[in-house]
Amino acid sequence: MSQSDAAFDLHAPAVHARSSPFGIPTKKLAMWLFIIADAATFAGCLVAYGFLRNGTPNWPTPFKTPTVVNAGVMTFVLITSSLTILLGVRDAKLARKSQSLRWINITAVLGIIFAILHIREWFGMISEGVTLAHNPWGSALFGSAFFSITGLHLTHVAGGVVALLAVGWRYRGGRYNSDDIEILGLYWHFVDLVWMFVVPFVYLMNVAH
Amino acid sequence: MHDMHVPAVHHHAPPQGFIRKHVFSLDHKVIGEQYYGLALLAVLIGMVLSWIMRLHLGWPTLSIPGLQLLSKNGAPGGIPTPEYYLQLMTMHGTFMVFFVLTTAPFAGFGNYFLPIQVGAEDMPFPHFNMMSFWVTFVAFVVALAAFFVPDGPPLSGWTGYAPLSALGAVAGPGQGLGQVLWAASLAIFCVGQLLGSLNFISTTLDMRCKGMSMMRLPLTVWAWFITSAMGLTAFAVLMPACILLILDHVAGTSFFVASNLVVNDQLQPHSGGSTLLWQHLFWFFGHPEVYVAIVPGMGVVSHVLITNMRRPMLSHRVLIYSMAALAFLSYMVYGHHMFVSGMNPFSSIVFSFPTLAITIPSTIIVLIWIGSLYGAKLRINSASLFALGFISLFVSGGVSGFFLAQPSLDILLHATYFVVGHFHFTMAIAAIFGIFAGTYFWFSKVTGRMMNETLGKIHFWFTFVGAYSIFMPFHYLGIAGNVRRYQAFVDDYLQPLLGVHKFITVAALVTGAAQLIFLYNLIYSRFRGPKAPQNPWEATSLEWTIPSPPPFDNFGGKLPVVYHDPYQYGIEASSGDYVMQDSPEQVQTVHDEK
Repeated sequence: MSQSDAAFDLHAPAVHARSSPFGIPTKKLAMWLFIIADAATFAGCLVAYGFLRNGTPNWPTPFKTPTVVNAGVMTFVLITSSLTILLGVRDAKLARKSQSLRWINITAVLGIIFAILHIREWFGMISEGVTLAHNPWGSALFGSAFFSITGLHLTHVAGGVVALLAVGWRYRGGRYNSDDIEILGLYWHFVDLVWMFVVPFVYLMNVAH
Repeated sequence: MHDMHVPAVHHHAPPQGFIRKHVFSLDHKVIGEQYYGLALLAVLIGMVLSWIMRLHLGWPTLSIPGLQLLSKNGAPGGIPTPEYYLQLMTMHGTFMVFFVLTTAPFAGFGNYFLPIQVGAEDMPFPHFNMMSFWVTFVAFVVALAAFFVPDGPPLSGWTGYAPLSALGAVAGPGQGLGQVLWAASLAIFCVGQLLGSLNFISTTLDMRCKGMSMMRLPLTVWAWFITSAMGLTAFAVLMPACILLILDHVAGTSFFVASNLVVNDQLQPHSGGSTLLWQHLFWFFGHPEVYVAIVPGMGVVSHVLITNMRRPMLSHRVLIYSMAALAFLSYMVYGHHMFVSGMNPFSSIVFSFPTLAITIPSTIIVLIWIGSLYGAKLRINSASLFALGFISLFVSGGVSGFFLAQPSLDILLHATYFVVGHFHFTMAIAAIFGIFAGTYFWFSKVTGRMMNETLGKIHFWFTFVGAYSIFMPFHYLGIAGNVRRYQAFVDDYLQPLLGVHKFITVAALVTGAAQLIFLYNLIYSRFRGPKAPQNPWEATSLEWTIPSPPPFDNFGGKLPVVYHDPYQYGIEASSGDYVMQDSPEQVQTVHDEK
């Protein structure tokens, strides 16, 4: 019986003490659980946004080509960072510590570039008069929804960069191993995945036509 | 007998010094006791608040001594104003739902007994566990602080309905800073629940000892496990809702306020938001929260009854699947709180359907309890009495649920005392009975001393009769058209009902006073109670295989090995009519091992 078969046989006594029925180390399981909860948080926000947008007849669609290009570049940077953390995890699993650390640092740099592009965009919008409570184009909810959803995501990116540097530091010192890099990678991919929902809903649906 | 133990892994050493041992402890048992203590404090505050409300409802002109000290504006001369009545009601609900019904049966008992019952020395993330309690404690302090700001706590109810909750001070006393503190408290509370749920799920899946398959877990563990699955996702939606509510207050956003709203003759600056959005977000959390409160009680009641019936439930599996079905359906029924909200009536029909469907697993659970009790020689003690009381109250409250699930009937009943009676029976008093059953059952394990059984039985009868005396008339009041949230009924068609309110108030005071018996029993027995044997109830699960109180790492540097289903009673074994889960003894079982 393969491990995955055993996983679903709740009848069978656990053969080894401390063997997870799903073959997942506890830390990784906890990260998956956190991702489930965090996904519920983002889903709540996106559903609230959709609810308000549907109920607002004059919802503004102000975004023009520069915004879309900027969002495209940010998306490219973030997807690339998912690839680099993947390479970092691979190298960690192959016990190539210095290469792995290099990929982790590149990922952190890409995260920082994403954040800089994002904050630059924010300041551009604020200078055009868009705030949480007001905007020049129509329903005040546009700014509220835009800043709160992208803000929540940006907080996750910032937290992720801090986590990349902290986990990388401990990995360098030997306190963390390749499993921890993999768990960190899960989080980073999740932040990337959430962005894949933010781009169409918050950017592309609000492009001027 | 215990030669097959494998050495335990310690991920933290026994603590030295008072602070690490009792305050910032990493030990799941201490954290469980801390949660229980917090719930005890919160329930006392919540009960006193309900007394003030009841006194005012029964005798609207009565000056309640000392109340003016709590709030000069809210209770001039000791008589609460209509606004202050609502403020007291809001905080009664907030303390009871979040800091009593969620913390005691789930976080309190769960923290203490889940790791022991799965055969683990602790939870996998003790630091998260410690944080979860202290974050919850901070949430409690923030909620309590609302009493001490100008204008006091919010008056929008524990559900914090918008636009009342989102407008700020213009909407009434407490709707400014008080409401912000309330929302902040709940958002902080959500973080604590997330950390707790992470630990509960990973303990259940990853920390089980050798031989402890999922189906060998006691029903309590299953209940906590299912509850934490709800806690993980439900609170994750409440948190952003509370943050958006705070933004409406402090950042001028309008998520929950519609345009052109005139409040107190002032046109509000907000524009464009939706009051219904708050209800959707809140009840998406709020309905699973009802089951977060009640499902742990179901686990405790099953565990206590099985031990005292000396036989397992008719079906271990079906009980587990039914609790899981409750959790699953709880996410789909939330709209039944919104039948009168102005939501599309078609949505009401859609939500009515799963609401009726959720009565099926509830009924299956009750039928399994009653069917298992049928013909059993139940050992009557305080714990089993409270377990029986739980079933009685759950059924009584559940029956009115059939009526409320129909949108056409709910429109008549929703804004009346009928609903108040319904949810107090099901999620409030029934869950409290679960806490009492658990306390009388496990007290000896936690403290090493026995509680006084005579006092326990007196406490049960006062509380049981009292609970019915208080909440059964609520249904009558509701059908008679007595509206909720009104603070006095002196001058209108409700005048004839005043006698019922007086009766309820007296019942509430007597029942509340009877809780002093419990408090005395709890404190006296803690220090002066007779020494408890290791396994006074002749129970089978792992917590009874270790000394009372349990040592720091639960199993004394070893991990147990499990050979049996959790409830092997009614058999012939060397120890009597039961065999412990960790006993390698081969026994002839009357019931198939499941």
